[in-house]
Amino acid sequence: MSTPTLTETPQQAEQPATIYEKSVPGRRAAQLPPLGDGVAEIPLEELIPANLLREKPAGLPEVSEPEIIRHYNRLSRRNFDLDTGFYPLGSCTMKYNPRLNERVAALPGHAKLHPATDPADAQGALQLMYLLQESLAEITGLPTVSLQPSAGSQGELAGLLLTRAYHADQGRNPGKVLTPDTAHGTNPASVTMAGYEVVKVATNEKGGVDVADLKSKIDDDVACLMLTNPNTLGVFDENIAEMAGLVHEAGGLLYYDGANLNAIMGQARPGDMGFDIVHVNLHKSFSQPHGGGGPGAGPIAVSERVEPFIPRPQVVRMEEGDDVFFDLDFDRPKSIGRLRGFQGNFGVFVRSLAYILSLGGDGLTEASRLAVLNANYLKKRLSDGRAGRYLPVAFDRHCMHEFVLSGAPMKKDLGIKTLDLAKRLLDFGFHPPTVYFPLLVDEALMIEPVETEAKEHLDAFADAIEKILEEAETDPGIAQNAPYTTPVRRLDEVGATRNPRIRHA
Amino acid sequence: MAGYTPATGDEQAEMLDAIGIDSIDELFAQVPADIRLNRPLDLEDGMSESEVYRFLAGLADTNLDAERIPSFLGAGMYDHYVPAIVDAIIGRSEFLTPYTPYQPEGSQGGLQVMFDFQTAMSEITGLPVSNAGLYEGPSAAASAAYLAMGQTGRTGLVTSRGLHPHSRETLATHAVGFGATLTEVGLDGGLTSGEELEAAVTEDTAAVFLQNPNFLGAVEDITALGEAVKAKGALLVVQVDPMTLGILRPPGECGADIAYGEGQPLGNRLDFGGPSFGFFCAKEEYLRKMPGRIAGETTDVDGRRGFVLTLQTREQHIRREKATSNICTAQALNSLAGMIHLAWLGKEGFVELGELMARRTAYARRLIGGLDGFELLHDAPVVREFAVRSDRPVEELLPLGDESDGPAPKLPVYPLGRDYPEYEDCFLVAITENRSVDEIGWLAHMLEHAQAGWGEHIHDHDEAGEPVANDHDGAVTGAVK
Repeated sequence: MSTPTLTETPQQAEQPATIYEKSVPGRRAAQLPPLGDGVAEIPLEELIPANLLREKPAGLPEVSEPEIIRHYNRLSRRNFDLDTGFYPLGSCTMKYNPRLNERVAALPGHAKLHPATDPADAQGALQLMYLLQESLAEITGLPTVSLQPSAGSQGELAGLLLTRAYHADQGRNPGKVLTPDTAHGTNPASVTMAGYEVVKVATNEKGGVDVADLKSKIDDDVACLMLTNPNTLGVFDENIAEMAGLVHEAGGLLYYDGANLNAIMGQARPGDMGFDIVHVNLHKSFSQPHGGGGPGAGPIAVSERVEPFIPRPQVVRMEEGDDVFFDLDFDRPKSIGRLRGFQGNFGVFVRSLAYILSLGGDGLTEASRLAVLNANYLKKRLSDGRAGRYLPVAFDRHCMHEFVLSGAPMKKDLGIKTLDLAKRLLDFGFHPPTVYFPLLVDEALMIEPVETEAKEHLDAFADAIEKILEEAETDPGIAQNAPYTTPVRRLDEVGATRNPRIRHA
Repeated sequence: MAGYTPATGDEQAEMLDAIGIDSIDELFAQVPADIRLNRPLDLEDGMSESEVYRFLAGLADTNLDAERIPSFLGAGMYDHYVPAIVDAIIGRSEFLTPYTPYQPEGSQGGLQVMFDFQTAMSEITGLPVSNAGLYEGPSAAASAAYLAMGQTGRTGLVTSRGLHPHSRETLATHAVGFGATLTEVGLDGGLTSGEELEAAVTEDTAAVFLQNPNFLGAVEDITALGEAVKAKGALLVVQVDPMTLGILRPPGECGADIAYGEGQPLGNRLDFGGPSFGFFCAKEEYLRKMPGRIAGETTDVDGRRGFVLTLQTREQHIRREKATSNICTAQALNSLAGMIHLAWLGKEGFVELGELMARRTAYARRLIGGLDGFELLHDAPVVREFAVRSDRPVEELLPLGDESDGPAPKLPVYPLGRDYPEYEDCFLVAITENRSVDEIGWLAHMLEHAQAGWGEHIHDHDEAGEPVANDHDGAVTGAVK
């Protein structure tokens, strides 16, 4: 697709109705089992006082089963997905989701196991969690792992509450958390929710933390330094050991945002870099499907000194003679407590352990190496031709698993913005990269190609960018008005915010 | 080893050549030598797909799941029947594999699902505003506290002892970060004490947390309890079991400012506790303070109807340290499962399921409450779960057999002692449409045996109510598959 489609596609012509608009009084799908012999059809008011009962049925749709299937299948075709096309969304690690993992997660022994099952009757599940804890401990280089946090941001909050508990245990109450200006948005949001003040640290000319600026901001009121390494510019911060020393000397802890772990598995470990707390996004490096925005899981790995404070319960392995027993340990007096119900997103643990077992230590190492190779190859491809001219790399050096381009020259010389380029990419069958992040790069495009993408897809992506820039040289309007082929074209987001319509009326 | 990586040796060489380097190692030179892991990871080598399957299937096989034993466990997560269409739809690549819909033109399917979901949750809770889902139930309580504190500028949080213990503990964990103080209100006859509540709510109270039905299964009079909350200008926050809302008065009609809850009963597997989803609904005035994603309707440049993530200035990726929540990846696929289940039940089925649960539960409650050695912990109205007191200590009651030949499987009911020391001799029984009358009979039978002691000979009753001799062994092994 190189020229805009100006005639409306059949999908565009179809006005998308909600499930409620398809409702016809009297239609239904569910057939429930009979009450059962001996169960009386007692009027509800005899069981529950009438004033506590619902007067009118909830306004749920009335639809038949075939209509539900058709509605959601048609909706599904209005999504762009990873299985269909390249999805180089920076910092999101859109790697292939192995179907074996779905199969094992769906086994009744996993999927139909109640979370309050007595540990003696859930030994397989607890052993699975224990194996994942041990694997993540080895990968991160830290001795103890709690699987409880539901996603990366909850892992961050957990880490900050651990930081607070650690300091309180020493009779201290420092109030500041340092984060680089390149940090993911969740970092400062989590800091505030943990009751800390965010202090921003500047970035140096090589894309790493400006150590002089860091030094000037370190004092005994610093609770923690939160870092992503490699950072959101795709750059490994080589001063990490020095920074760890500085923060530790001042009594602070180091927190590692594991969103970018896919760059370094088997090559370097956050624990060896001096980090005390690490969260791992199982939906990034460990292949849990993203599901259109979840579910994920954000286990945390911690150093020995932080271990007493981890959330409870913790899965533990007990040995008595020849007998091995896995249990949930609630007896953790210094624990920060729970972050959520039960034991965490177990279904995600099944998938991620399946992935780790499939790849093994050697395969995980290879995955990171190939992710970095793919990123550097694509970066190289995009440094040639028009992309090199209009979309320079923000920090020109070898990158890790992702890299950031600036669309500033493109905007200035061609009159098209990063957003326009992103929208035009949709017409070429590519999901756009992460745009306008990190914030310190003007018109940023953050590209993460991952190891499961074949070279021909990287080449095709680079070719598409070249083509879009070429057409913009003659007619910038093409990109400015893109996309043309998607189910809807550019949407009025400002209007949606000004006059919110968030449910079917 | 299944690395799922396409690059052949030749292709790798070609790529290295294009980059202008000789080996991948050169790319890692930016990682200082002294922090490199100069050894292989100490993990097993990769396995073939069939080996991984056999290993994990072997682990799964040791778990006593709800297909192998009739499970009466509840406490927030329930063994409902999940219709087949849920698996069919959420397994589609188009829903399973995309990221959060940041590019709306390529994400209309997911965005419209959110819009459908928000509408459904608004309808069942009776509150006008819903987000597209949060992680799960108890952490949604923390989100409600954060909103209430921001809204009122107050720091006090009051919880009923009938609020799920996981929600109370999650609130306590977060309160340290939020700078909140917690006060707990006790139960009286299975229900939140109105008197204690009135005394606990002050001018410093940001929110009061109730649960309906509460953790002991009892249906609370939220409207009546809410009066004391409103009088002091605090927010009334109610955790609800969504599957009971077919028949119970929705929180929005009881004066709730916020209703949230655990979404698992709607279309989600038990999964040993997750992933499921949390939901979060509120009054109109809190729209711009909501946590999480919200989809909104709009139009495209040609006037077509479309959907976008809206009110994004609340969110972490825009507002950073001033965001209303830190949530990013949540539970979109699980919310979709919930939406499909609700559409499948539909307007009538949702009510019918509530009625079915209430009636079967009444049957089970009468049966079990009438057994020798058992009594009901409270006689407040219930929908789908009830609490029972046992003469014999609960831990002695649970093993299905005398354990002389090693550990026996445990009876799947929820012991209350860990969370409520005062109810150490009590347990919860949960009923869904999956628990047949026969299975309820089996549970009663097992409880009777356990109460009498596994060595004792007891009499069963035949259909005419006449006692018959019974040998317990057959009954136990017959139910556990």
